[in-house]
Amino acid sequence: MSAVWDALLGLGDKLAAHVLLAAAALALGIAVALPLAVWASRSATVSRIALGFASLVQTIPALALLALFFPILLSLRAVFGEGLPTLGFLPALLALALYALLPILRNAVTAREQMAPGVLEAADGVGMTPGQKLRLVEAPLAAPYIMAGIRTAAVWTIGAATLSTTIGQPSLGDPIFAGLQTQNWSLVLAGCIASAGLALVADTLLGAVERGFASRRPALLWGGLAVALAGIAASALALYAPDDDETVVIGAKSFSEQYILGRLIGERLEAAGYAVEYREGLGSAVVHSAVTTGAIDISIDYTGTLWTNQLKREDNPGRAEIYRRLVEWEREQTGTLILGRLGFENNYGLAMRADRAQELGLASIADLARVAPRLTIGGDPEFFERPEWIAVRDAYGLRFGETRNFSPTFMYNALQSGEADVISAYTSDGRIAADDLQVLDDPRGAFPSYDAIILLSPEAAQDERLIAALRPLVGAIPVEAMREANYAVDREENKRTPAEAARMLTERIGL
Amino acid sequence: MPEPILELRDLAKSYGAVEALRGVSLDVAEGSFVALVGASGSGKSTLLKTVNALVVPGTGSVSFEGEDVAALPGPALRRRIGYVFQAIGLFPHMSVGENVGIGLKLAGERNRAARIAEMLELVELDPAMASRMPSELSGGQRQRVGVARALAPQPDLLLMDEPFGALDPVTRDSLGERVRELHKRLGLTTVMVTHDMAEAMLLADRVLVMSEGRIVADETPAGLLSGAGGEEAQALVAVPRAQAERLARIDR
Repeated sequence: MSAVWDALLGLGDKLAAHVLLAAAALALGIAVALPLAVWASRSATVSRIALGFASLVQTIPALALLALFFPILLSLRAVFGEGLPTLGFLPALLALALYALLPILRNAVTAREQMAPGVLEAADGVGMTPGQKLRLVEAPLAAPYIMAGIRTAAVWTIGAATLSTTIGQPSLGDPIFAGLQTQNWSLVLAGCIASAGLALVADTLLGAVERGFASRRPALLWGGLAVALAGIAASALALYAPDDDETVVIGAKSFSEQYILGRLIGERLEAAGYAVEYREGLGSAVVHSAVTTGAIDISIDYTGTLWTNQLKREDNPGRAEIYRRLVEWEREQTGTLILGRLGFENNYGLAMRADRAQELGLASIADLARVAPRLTIGGDPEFFERPEWIAVRDAYGLRFGETRNFSPTFMYNALQSGEADVISAYTSDGRIAADDLQVLDDPRGAFPSYDAIILLSPEAAQDERLIAALRPLVGAIPVEAMREANYAVDREENKRTPAEAARMLTERIGL
Repeated sequence: MPEPILELRDLAKSYGAVEALRGVSLDVAEGSFVALVGASGSGKSTLLKTVNALVVPGTGSVSFEGEDVAALPGPALRRRIGYVFQAIGLFPHMSVGENVGIGLKLAGERNRAARIAEMLELVELDPAMASRMPSELSGGQRQRVGVARALAPQPDLLLMDEPFGALDPVTRDSLGERVRELHKRLGLTTVMVTHDMAEAMLLADRVLVMSEGRIVADETPAGLLSGAGGEEAQALVAVPRAQAERLARIDR
């Protein structure tokens, strides 16, 4: 438990960022929902459309809604200019505010519908103008119901805000996502406890405000509100730091290797005098757009990933040729600099337990195709949508009996427990050797190669000092060293944090 | 003959296919107590509400104290007219005193407490009740507050839509009497909608009978009792008269 406690104590910044994000989203949600509710109470058409829209938004999974704002904001740059942020606070704020809309709007509209017609007639009868009727009668009568809606919205928003990690906004989701990827359960638990605790506190405070409204006790109302505002102000104060353009933002996708390499680069840059920020746990598609648009400065990607996802290519002209054409393409299309290859490949491969492969007499994917209908394949949630999988599937005519999704770290457990017979493995993964797995040969070359490469955003590419600090990494990391570092984070016993593994890796490669 | 305080001309109003008013014209003299009697759906409530513009007529005009109602802003017009109705509609989040004083507050008057106490006394309520909430009152007390609220801004005209409809007979009778007294004492012009012919004849000095969107009789209570007003009016008068005769026979 002390590990959880330690993790909790380290979450101050994340908690403050989480509070600010949720509070801002809630405030924006309220600012939109209340005028909309007033309009809806005057027009049945508006009421139908507004509630329909809010309900529709609610059916979109929060994760997808957050991710959707990236392309939306990107296209809005045509209107608002290149300064419009596409990752981080703004998209998270907009998506969460949309999420907060429904409960507030629905409660406000319902409160108005449930109001006694006699009271409303009396308001007209004594000669109130529409504005006076709203202020003196409708608003005070609806207030407790609206407050209940705000309360629901607050709890939802605080929960959903953990997902904003995936679009590069620091939140209590950071420890949850990082912990899930590296199987650091203390970190996951700490994130969950902090986020649930925050939701409970917000619910209690807003509950007091709601009772204050309902029972006309101003002390309760203002007291609850004051404590909530004090919490938000304290969070803002905790996060206040003079804006620094010199800060380099390093992005990482959501697996151990990316966390480790992110820290490795970060520590080198800090040693060179840069201030560094991390955006970890980003979706694979988001990372590339983020670095090409300058939302982050540095990312690590893989040649095969960009070849298939960005260039939309299905052919395989060979490792060197793919790299050469990628460098050219990025330079011409996005202005992004591919600084170089780190020296190892992290290929996709299909892996099995060695004993099981032997038992079935399998050495290559071609052999696997014969028995596939009797087997279960496990992959990460992206894998079965990726062009690489489709290419391999079609090249060998693979038809599996069952297809299951696991998060990358759980795939290996699934293989051990027999829940999957074959998994999509990464060749730089330390667990391949540690778990005695066999990566099946790919005689037809259907999987492209996945050289790890460093990408610098168009802006960062202008910084000679930064390039000089990172250049020694090119060609410096052999696959064995990467596997060791990955395994130090991924293994069950004697786990290391990504930062510790990064330091081990630095030492190992002698930099 | 003094200038009428209300002049209604050729009023018509339909709700979809239902014609609530089919050409009603009517003058109401200042100081009179007029009752509008008729069955449900006869158009009497609709007619009443055209006066304070809660209902806007399809065609025709209403003038109040010489001004065309359609040309006045609704809220300003309604502040000059007292309005009491069956649902009462006390504001549940305001105290009794705040309810009574709402018209004064809208008019921007600052010292309302004395006037509120005076109004509560007028409707025979303890002024100490001002601090209570409406939910703590009985039905009869609530309608008394409703009447006090309507009269607090000192209107010239009082409109009442089935004001005693939801009250028990004893309360109904005493509050009716009280309103009649206030009508005289404050020099009001009062128009009251009711479906109860006995109540109309006991309180009003002019009874209008409505049927299917038209006024079919316009008589004094005495005239009605002597058989004037035509068939529909007499059918309504026959009910309380028969009841009174039956009661008299039991007594004998």
